[in-house]
Amino acid sequence: MSALTSTSTAVEPAEPASADATAADATAPRFRVRGLTVGFPRDGDANDVVRDVSFDLRAGECVAIVGESGSGKSVTARTLVGLPGRGASVRADELSFDGDDVQRFTPGRWREVRGRRIGVVLQDALVSLDPLRPVGREIAEALRLHGWGDRRSRRAKVVELLATVGVPAPEQRARQRPDQLSGGLRQRALIASAIALDPEVVIADEPTTALDVSVQAQVLAELERMKARGVALVLISHDLSVVAHLADHILVMRDGAVVESGPASVLLHDPHHAYTKRLIAAVPSARTRGRRLAPDVARAEPVREQASRPADDGPVLEVRNVTKTFRLPGGGRLRAVDDVSFDLARGTTLGIVGESGSGKTTTGRIALALERPDSGEARLSGQPWSSLRETARRHRRRRMSVVYQDPLSSFDPRWTTGRILRDALDPATTDHHARLRELLGQVGLEESVLGRFPLHMSGGQRQRIAIARALASAPDVVVLDEAVSALDVSIQAQILDLLVDLQRQLGISYLLISHDLGVISHMSDHVLVMRDGAVVERGPAAEIFERPRHAYTRQLVGALPTVG
Amino acid sequence: MTVATDRPVTEAPAAAGGAGAGTGAGTTGGSPVAVALTRPRRRRRALRHAGLVLALVTLALILVAILFPGALTSGSPTATNLDEPLRSPSWSHWFGTDESGRDLYARVVHGARDSLLIGGGAAAVAIGLALLLGSLAALGHRWVAGATNRLIEVVFAFPTLLAALLLVAVLGPSAWTQVFAVGIGSSPGYARIVRGQVLAAKGSGYVEAAVELGHPRRRILLRHVMPNAVRPLVAIFALAVGQMIVWASSLSFLGLGVAPPSSEWGALLDAGRPYVTRASWLIIAPGLVIVVLALATTTVGKHLRNLLERGSA
Repeated sequence: MSALTSTSTAVEPAEPASADATAADATAPRFRVRGLTVGFPRDGDANDVVRDVSFDLRAGECVAIVGESGSGKSVTARTLVGLPGRGASVRADELSFDGDDVQRFTPGRWREVRGRRIGVVLQDALVSLDPLRPVGREIAEALRLHGWGDRRSRRAKVVELLATVGVPAPEQRARQRPDQLSGGLRQRALIASAIALDPEVVIADEPTTALDVSVQAQVLAELERMKARGVALVLISHDLSVVAHLADHILVMRDGAVVESGPASVLLHDPHHAYTKRLIAAVPSARTRGRRLAPDVARAEPVREQASRPADDGPVLEVRNVTKTFRLPGGGRLRAVDDVSFDLARGTTLGIVGESGSGKTTTGRIALALERPDSGEARLSGQPWSSLRETARRHRRRRMSVVYQDPLSSFDPRWTTGRILRDALDPATTDHHARLRELLGQVGLEESVLGRFPLHMSGGQRQRIAIARALASAPDVVVLDEAVSALDVSIQAQILDLLVDLQRQLGISYLLISHDLGVISHMSDHVLVMRDGAVVERGPAAEIFERPRHAYTRQLVGALPTVG
Repeated sequence: MTVATDRPVTEAPAAAGGAGAGTGAGTTGGSPVAVALTRPRRRRRALRHAGLVLALVTLALILVAILFPGALTSGSPTATNLDEPLRSPSWSHWFGTDESGRDLYARVVHGARDSLLIGGGAAAVAIGLALLLGSLAALGHRWVAGATNRLIEVVFAFPTLLAALLLVAVLGPSAWTQVFAVGIGSSPGYARIVRGQVLAAKGSGYVEAAVELGHPRRRILLRHVMPNAVRPLVAIFALAVGQMIVWASSLSFLGLGVAPPSSEWGALLDAGRPYVTRASWLIIAPGLVIVVLALATTTVGKHLRNLLERGSA
């Protein structure tokens, strides 16, 4: 038996890319990685960012590398295709591709292998595609470089490839430039160019980050089909739920080292390492409601006095039949918000979920009175709000505040944290310093941040400052516009915990806008599902996520990747 | 995933150099983050700083020439010596002598004041006008903004020198005319920059955040929009001074600048023109001085800009 296996392994030559996986393909790993260490030496210091990583990648299998920013997962992936970065020193006990030692590849050999036998899908499709070239030409370029066919057959192949990855109207799309395509289409065009030459291995670095759920589901489905065709897949992601479906084997990386690795089914359901457990626990979903996502992180300082709010005097924010139309450049009109109504009850969270372009952000801006609705009205605490003149509204703006996705751009770059927060304080505040200290305590920051610039702080710290600023005027309503979307899972978990704590302590109402159903279902009491500017479904969170009625909601909930 | 290497923010050695050539004053606000530098980067930085130090020393020398020309030369810029016309540069006459035997070095040193007053004045006029027009074009009511924009475009359509010539033709040649002609002629370019900066600041997230906090419009304009829009202009001003001197020199060279007895550098160029083949130093020496000055202000300007764009300060 073993003799048979060894002969079949020995027979396997360096045959050209083939879609059908033979018995030999299944046993001999495409990639064999043992003790891979990558460093960027500086001043005699090895500066290793990847330490001692080992795994096998077989045909028709998917190895997922999961970790947060700075864990070394992307450097690992890039090293596999011979692009570890400038000044990198790569050491490994073994690093072989189909039995050949990759460390001895010349740049010329790499160019031969890359594209033809190893396809690469990079994270940011907008940056990775040439903005001046139609995507079809970009994909044809990959074919041309490897001497594939003539011009006409290449053109036909490009259209075929785009159709394969689910791009509608591929012939027209091939003639368009990246900026004319949506994020999902761009990402699929990148995948098309990665699989153009039918490579045996595809390395996908965060292929679905920044994509809407349903588009993400399509991209994942395409990767799944590739896997079924016998392609070996390396999937890099910060999101465990994304890799859960696809991965056969998962490596969890942290600070350059693999903290845990194993078959996906085992690792996801029975994680051993504390970090893996924490990562899995940090993913918000309907099941995590009322539970802390980052239990090992200390709670923020409790607020001195319990907020005493009027018990029940109706909804704090009422939006009635608002409609907003934008004029598009080059003629045409876009109805961004179409007859949307909702109530936000005091001390509760209303989640607005929808994909990009669904009008959820415009709805939030109308609620904030940053945008004037064409018709309809928003009322704050039962009084006129959106219909007021700005001068009349100004003194009441303190009743409402906002936290954005990218806090850095919402801070004046010339200002320190201290000045940013002082600027947001109620003018009636007498003891500025005490109030600042209280705010920082509420969001769990040290006093020393006051003298620092947000630019020099981490993403989580910046978001905490944005939250502190939003709390500074003791508002009734805080609009959270994708407030945690740009954060790593564990940081996101901490911020979500913080928001839940603050709501409980201060009785604030949240208008939570997100494309992430996990976040919405974890936080919201009521949910509004928006599509093309209109509300397609509304109801208590449990209803929406357990018994979605509208077809679109069902599609969204169905597309939601989950851990386990 | 890039390896996070915080770009260190360093203090420009402007204060340490003590040169303080006016322009250095703004650079001392950099955040004092001490960072251990790696060797190759340290060398690169040292080279870059050598350029800055050289530029600052140049500016300091020119400042001395403006304030105390006597400290740099004992010679008189107007003393003629008909025994020594058109002598080539030597130990006794560093830049040689002109057709009347006047020492060219003394003339260049004494000409610094006029040259820089004209250059700096023109830059101030250009930037001042640009601030006014650019802000109007970005913040004014719809029709005010539209009209201002058209005005900027019309003036922009003229080549700078042609616009300056037109003004000189109307006002007659003099130092003041030169200042205004060059300043007005080159303002539209800067006005476009100001407009862009103001629009960018106006549409920024922090302005929206300030609106949301309920701050009045005027306060937002003064606290957020203008300071952020003007920040890059500090550096642009330093760059402009050098350019303005070159523009002003070209007016003087055409004989449309200051009157002959003055030894403004452009006027020196003009005066040397007839002797180009016989005594080329008459053109080369003042020409080089203009180039060196423009280089120095440009270098300092670039450093200022880099420093200010780091986000702090």
